[in-house]
Amino acid sequence: MQLILDRISHRYGGTNVLEDIGFTIGDGEIVCIVGPSGCGKSTLLRIAGGLEKPDAGEVLLSGEPARDSLNPLTYIFQDFALLPWRSVEGNVSLVLEDHGVSAQERRETIADVLARTNLSGFLGALPRQLSGGMKQRVAIARALAVKPAIMLMDEPLSALDSQTRELLMDDLIGLWQRERFSALYVTHNLAEAVRLGRRVIILSRRPGRIREVVEIDMPLEERPDRVTELDRLQRHVWDIMREEAREADREIADVA
Amino acid sequence: MSHDTQVLGSTAGKHKEERAVRQVPFRGGGFVHRPMGPIGAVVFLAIIALWEAGSRTGVISPIALPAPSEALGALWDLVVTGMLWKHVGASLYRLVIGWTLGSLLGIAVGLMIGLFSLARAGLLPLVSALFPIPKIALLPLFIIWFGIGEGSKVATILFGTFFPTVIATYGGVDNVDRNLIRMGQSFGLSWLSIVRKIIVPGAMPAILSGFRISASIAIVLLVAAEMIGAEFGIGAYILMAGALFATDQLIAGVALLSVLGLSISWLIGRAERALLSWRA
Ligand SMILES: Nc1ncnc2c1ncn2[C@@H]1O[C@H](COP(=O)(O)OP(=O)(O)OP(=O)(O)O)[C@@H](O)[C@H]1O
Ligand SMILES: [Mg+2]
Repeated sequence: MQLILDRISHRYGGTNVLEDIGFTIGDGEIVCIVGPSGCGKSTLLRIAGGLEKPDAGEVLLSGEPARDSLNPLTYIFQDFALLPWRSVEGNVSLVLEDHGVSAQERRETIADVLARTNLSGFLGALPRQLSGGMKQRVAIARALAVKPAIMLMDEPLSALDSQTRELLMDDLIGLWQRERFSALYVTHNLAEAVRLGRRVIILSRRPGRIREVVEIDMPLEERPDRVTELDRLQRHVWDIMREEAREADREIADVA
Repeated sequence: MSHDTQVLGSTAGKHKEERAVRQVPFRGGGFVHRPMGPIGAVVFLAIIALWEAGSRTGVISPIALPAPSEALGALWDLVVTGMLWKHVGASLYRLVIGWTLGSLLGIAVGLMIGLFSLARAGLLPLVSALFPIPKIALLPLFIIWFGIGEGSKVATILFGTFFPTVIATYGGVDNVDRNLIRMGQSFGLSWLSIVRKIIVPGAMPAILSGFRISASIAIVLLVAAEMIGAEFGIGAYILMAGALFATDQLIAGVALLSVLGLSISWLIGRAERALLSWRA
């Protein structure tokens, strides 16, 4: 399934947040979005997932999701968004209960996704008993349970320490290699962006416009061995962002 | 590498010799409650013992305040004459019906105010206008509307518990983490599911602390309501005792109210532990 963002513009009150953003996420593609803080990345993701209406432009889906997909467009939130009063099992179960899944099937799905995220031993644990990395794995398990066609991820790893981040990154890549979901991945971390993205979209400072699109035509499984190339790409992305920041500083100086 | 650490180690050792070493003072204590065992009961018993001693030695005049043992005697009289259950039963009946209905209605209206803009715009000003009215002042009206019997008493308690419950409930709904609601929407949960599984549990802590307040209000109103036209009930018993200046009976009645309050608070504590165990 493809997600098409067509000339999206959005404003909050008097401030333009997004201007004329258009791109397509193809089948099984991971598209990363980077950009300065406050440029509208989270807003764009909310619009893409139908949680907010853009002022102009539209978000389109093309193609049908797999028949067993319960929630084609699925979020993974930066702050995990787990219900604190439900156990790990209950949190995953929550998103299945509304879709007419039989109790038996539900139990199987829960066991399956928790096994895939290495959480099998924590079925009955409450969120407050889990570490940050485990909470995010629960959130990922919950997202997998509805068999999404497209994942929308808002800095899913940024609340975690760097070791956990590395491990979850590997998990995520492993998952993608098996399931080939499409994803829109917002991040501050340029290394993450070049490691995951088929394309990296660099947004300008507010109002967010597409500043540049960096294509990375390198299979994910080869990336760990081609570090130098990735480094060069990452530096390229960083150069653009630094230029963006310099211009912003210059504008402020001009105003002053 | 190993050389470096050696140097570091030796300098650290030297510092130790040259300067006085002391522990970083611990500053992290306090502001956390620890279970203290039966301190509450000890304080309570100590006060009673002091009081009894004061009465026996004549420091406290029996006209001003009867000895606890006399109040206990009055309580015993109630037990042997079988009047205890008549009074307590009548009071409990009014309390339970009034409080339950008031709470249920209060939660329903509070949820409506929390969930629907129309209800909020229409009902919130009304609630704010009616909440501060002392319900005791309306008792004569309730007697005209609902009769001098149980109706007016239950209605007083019902109205008294309704408003604080409404306010606690909609405040709780307003405080539910918006991100969780958004999460529910992003997974395509139905409106009813979001209310049942996210909003109501999220508002539960506020609703339960509202119960604590409304239960105390209910007891206050119970006594007030029973002072008019009631044959039985703890309030009626206290009123009668007061009219006869039977201070031992009066104290016995007040003690019954305290026990009632304690029991309710214990029950709500149990409910909190059962429903809010996830908070820990
Ligand atoms: N609900 C809202 N109402 C008004 N303004 C908003 C709202 N949400 C976001 N904004 C504004 O829109 C701009 C973009 O916000 P957004 O959260 O999308 O940025 P972001 O790129 O995700 O930033 P970050 O990288 O720090 O997460 C910000 O300037 C913010 O102040
Ligand atoms: Mg953001």
